[in-house]
Amino acid sequence: MDLGSAAAVSLAVRVIPCLDVDAGRVVKGVNFADLRDAGDPVELARRYDAEGADELVFLDITASSGQRETTYDMVRRTADQVFIPLTVGGGVRSVDDFDRLLRAGADKVSLSTAAVTGPDLIDAAARQFGSQCVVLSVDTRRAEGMASGFEVTTHGGREATGRDTLAWVQEAVDRGVGEILLNSMDADGTRDGFDLELIRAVRQCVDVPIIASGGAGRPEHAVPAVEAGADAVLAASIFHFGDVTIAEVKDALAAAGLPVRPLTASASR
Amino acid sequence: MASVVVLDYGSGNLRSAQRALERAGATVEVTSDADAVMAADGLVVPGVGAFAACMAGLTAVHGPQLIGRRLAGGRPVLGICVGMQVLFDAGVEHGVETAGLAEWPGVVQRLHADVLPHMGWNTVEAPAESRMFEGVRDAYFYFVHSYGVLDWTLPASDRLSAPLVTWTDYGTPFVSAVENGPLWATQFHPEKSGDAGARVLRNWIETLA
Repeated sequence: MDLGSAAAVSLAVRVIPCLDVDAGRVVKGVNFADLRDAGDPVELARRYDAEGADELVFLDITASSGQRETTYDMVRRTADQVFIPLTVGGGVRSVDDFDRLLRAGADKVSLSTAAVTGPDLIDAAARQFGSQCVVLSVDTRRAEGMASGFEVTTHGGREATGRDTLAWVQEAVDRGVGEILLNSMDADGTRDGFDLELIRAVRQCVDVPIIASGGAGRPEHAVPAVEAGADAVLAASIFHFGDVTIAEVKDALAAAGLPVRPLTASASR
Repeated sequence: MASVVVLDYGSGNLRSAQRALERAGATVEVTSDADAVMAADGLVVPGVGAFAACMAGLTAVHGPQLIGRRLAGGRPVLGICVGMQVLFDAGVEHGVETAGLAEWPGVVQRLHADVLPHMGWNTVEAPAESRMFEGVRDAYFYFVHSYGVLDWTLPASDRLSAPLVTWTDYGTPFVSAVENGPLWATQFHPEKSGDAGARVLRNWIETLA
């Protein structure tokens, strides 16, 4: 084989916007001036795709289970038009929920609270669909009395579980999780940068990809997160409000010598 | 317009494959019906999850025979992800070896890398003659897998045209695509690789009769 002639060959750091959706509509301020409908997940997904997003995460915060159908429909419509990987999480409680999201067009499904209260769901989903599509979303914060100093929380950080974060992610990976979406509740909303101490600690105990989440405020915040062991960086509000673009994050990563997938000219179709 | 069947054997995000192929210019049916599989201009064999589970699913719909019959008649087949892996002799996952379709020699094994799955966008090193990567030789493609083919062992022969083998580096080099007459395969997911993936699918569709 001849690998000598190519430029440096390397897996790109993924830059991922996260959209909160409620009953099939995007919520929490999206501020693109030229959007016809800032609440339409499909239009936003296309926009982020064109801007160079490497994946999309939809976090479904629909409270009423009677409205879950709107979520499947949204995933279907998005997957029909946007050809980059799509992760959907929020309210996933059973293998059946998992199956329906995958059939609708999700590539990965993220588990959070339901995995903590019933971890067998991880084993069942990994067995049936493969680890590659099982993402564990961990909301964690610093807490006294934890061996690692980090505690798992549920319900968006409102409820403590008494579980040590490192022990939990290790167990989840053993059960078959293929990726960890690591959300620091301490850093979340601060815009002071990702929680490097947390990323380092989790990197040392698992060998699956880590998506760093919580704290992004400036493009260059992505660099130390990757150096600490993150494989991808996720943000919501800074992208939605237009404070920071996907391209600016990629430029910052590239300037630090980290591999990114460049925006192709044809992506702005 | 070229007709394509996406083989439905219970594996993978078939909807994305169907839509991406339609976008690339084919009419697409998702089915395991033998007549439809044989009649289509092109057959796509998708696959995610475990090698053994995919082989079991394929076998249940007579996939190995259908693929074999198509190839015997020079009819195009495109394997994607585990749909590519099953084209090799065997796969070894969790210490268990499962026989594949043996279109190509080689064993699918765990990649040698610090972080697995290999998940995300990576580049390819395609041979100069590659038709698959025409127009997108320098593009990134979306991968998600923990296993792959690390050695291409088909001996060179002056009586057969050698398959075009494309490599990608993750820890060590692995086979990321093969073009071999009517049989093409990709370890990455062209259907999730944005415009670059669409171009690969279009390049394939253009080979269909």
